[in-house]
Amino acid sequence: MGANSLHTPPPPQESAISRAPIERQSRRVRLNRARRYLWNHVVTGLAILSTIVVIAPLVAILVYLIYKGTSSLNLAFFTKIPAPVGEPGGGMSNAIVGSSIVLALASVLGIPVGIAAGVYLGEFGRGKLLAGAVRFTADVLNGVPSIVMGIAAYALIVVEQKHFSAFSGGVALAIMMVPTITRTTEEMLATVPHAIREAAYGLGVPKWRTVLSVTLKTASPGIITGCMLAFARVAGETAPLLFTAFGNQFWSFKLNEPIAALPLQIYIYALSPYDEWHRLAWGGSLVLIVLIMASVTLVRIYANRGVLKGAS
Amino acid sequence: MGVGIDVENLNAWYGSTHTLQDISLNIPANHATALIGPSGCGKSTFVRCLNRMHETNPIARATGVVKMGDVDIYEDANPVEIRRRVGMVFQRPNPFPTMSIYDNVASGLKLNGFRNRAVLDETVERSLKAAALWDEVKDDLKKKSGASLSGGQQQRMCIARALAVDPEVLLMDEPASALDPVSTSKIEDLIFELKRQYTIVIVTHNMQQAARVAENTGFFLNGKMVEFDSTHKIFTNPKDKRTEDYITGRFG
Repeated sequence: MGANSLHTPPPPQESAISRAPIERQSRRVRLNRARRYLWNHVVTGLAILSTIVVIAPLVAILVYLIYKGTSSLNLAFFTKIPAPVGEPGGGMSNAIVGSSIVLALASVLGIPVGIAAGVYLGEFGRGKLLAGAVRFTADVLNGVPSIVMGIAAYALIVVEQKHFSAFSGGVALAIMMVPTITRTTEEMLATVPHAIREAAYGLGVPKWRTVLSVTLKTASPGIITGCMLAFARVAGETAPLLFTAFGNQFWSFKLNEPIAALPLQIYIYALSPYDEWHRLAWGGSLVLIVLIMASVTLVRIYANRGVLKGAS
Repeated sequence: MGVGIDVENLNAWYGSTHTLQDISLNIPANHATALIGPSGCGKSTFVRCLNRMHETNPIARATGVVKMGDVDIYEDANPVEIRRRVGMVFQRPNPFPTMSIYDNVASGLKLNGFRNRAVLDETVERSLKAAALWDEVKDDLKKKSGASLSGGQQQRMCIARALAVDPEVLLMDEPASALDPVSTSKIEDLIFELKRQYTIVIVTHNMQQAARVAENTGFFLNGKMVEFDSTHKIFTNPKDKRTEDYITGRFG
């Protein structure tokens, strides 16, 4: 474009490269465009391929579980307790209820402690020695194998009480939930812009109130995701329950008695030599995965209600 | 009604940096006072000392006397109380993103435990009207998030939010610097209205803006206040050579 184009704009046909007929463009321009076009498609293709690689195993597991597990799902599966060896039929109702009780207990114990520790790290402990120690402990705790958690809960609670219990199982799972929740809470609080905290301070809102009603609320979608991740992770854990909740062939609703849990029951059935029990193990696995997905989805829907138009 | 502010020997530090050095001035009640000066000269730090916001930064500290009417804000009151009496509008609009427009404006009252619906409704309407935003948002007060408004609307909502707690002083830290000219002129019109009821301190990089809205102007340079006088005097006949250089655009 020449200098005079400032005063007399050239006709639109020649003003932009893209408008010029293809044959009038130089070879270099055309080659360049072809290369960019190609490269764009290659990279998009790679991204789609990676997505498929990520999703494929999940879909494969689900399909296989549905294929293997649906045949053993009937009314008895959800209403009956396990049948004694040799007798046909039986279900996992007590294990489903037992898992729910243990997980509810783990969430009630683990989520408040995890969030509170995260709030301390994110809002009050900046640069303090204690915060560094807490952060380090959380990271180490995150890497502790789940069976070690089970042994710890066994030594601290089961040995002391002299019997297996739903309570000790819940505690073992709760300890596993805490570090994940703490670290996600801290990270999510760090994403809340400082300007929003200042807005609250500027209105004469005390710090504790700002943290509760402004900062935590702004970060809540991320914190809820963290809690759900922690929940889903411990929901399928078998090892920490082996010598804490222990498992139970019968109904039990008491926290101070051994209690059945889906992963434990699946473990027992899968190791058995009976085809009938193998089928039940597949059914149990399907139910476990569906329960986890359902609870995560429900919490998401509940958390998203009342989100306003245009909220970021 | 607004209240005047007397500042005597105010000094402020960030870590070891002495950002404000011996500032003394009288800010008259129910007037707009503008603070001008190049970036980093301490204007923002100065207004942040007036509502004790400065000390929310753990490495910051301040000494000196700031009197709001009869109250020495560093001696006689706690910072949270002071911030209810001295409202603040920030450089960038900072709405609470999870709250509706209504809740944003009512937040100062609600977060301090105030629950009376009728009074809240009335306060929200009055504050939004005072901030010249009521007509634009009255239909989706509770439906839309405060973050869904345009930048200029958000800033007026933030002004309404500050007015809702019924302060006596309004500090504005470059309130229009992130806004387009139309929104800017709306904010300036607003300042004219507001100074009948509130004492206004406005930090600005825009000297025309200072000339338009403020009766008095202070010129800051390198942490010191070089000159403080009526706006007319500062812009037509400054006493200090450095003020003259700055307002004629020779530096800064």
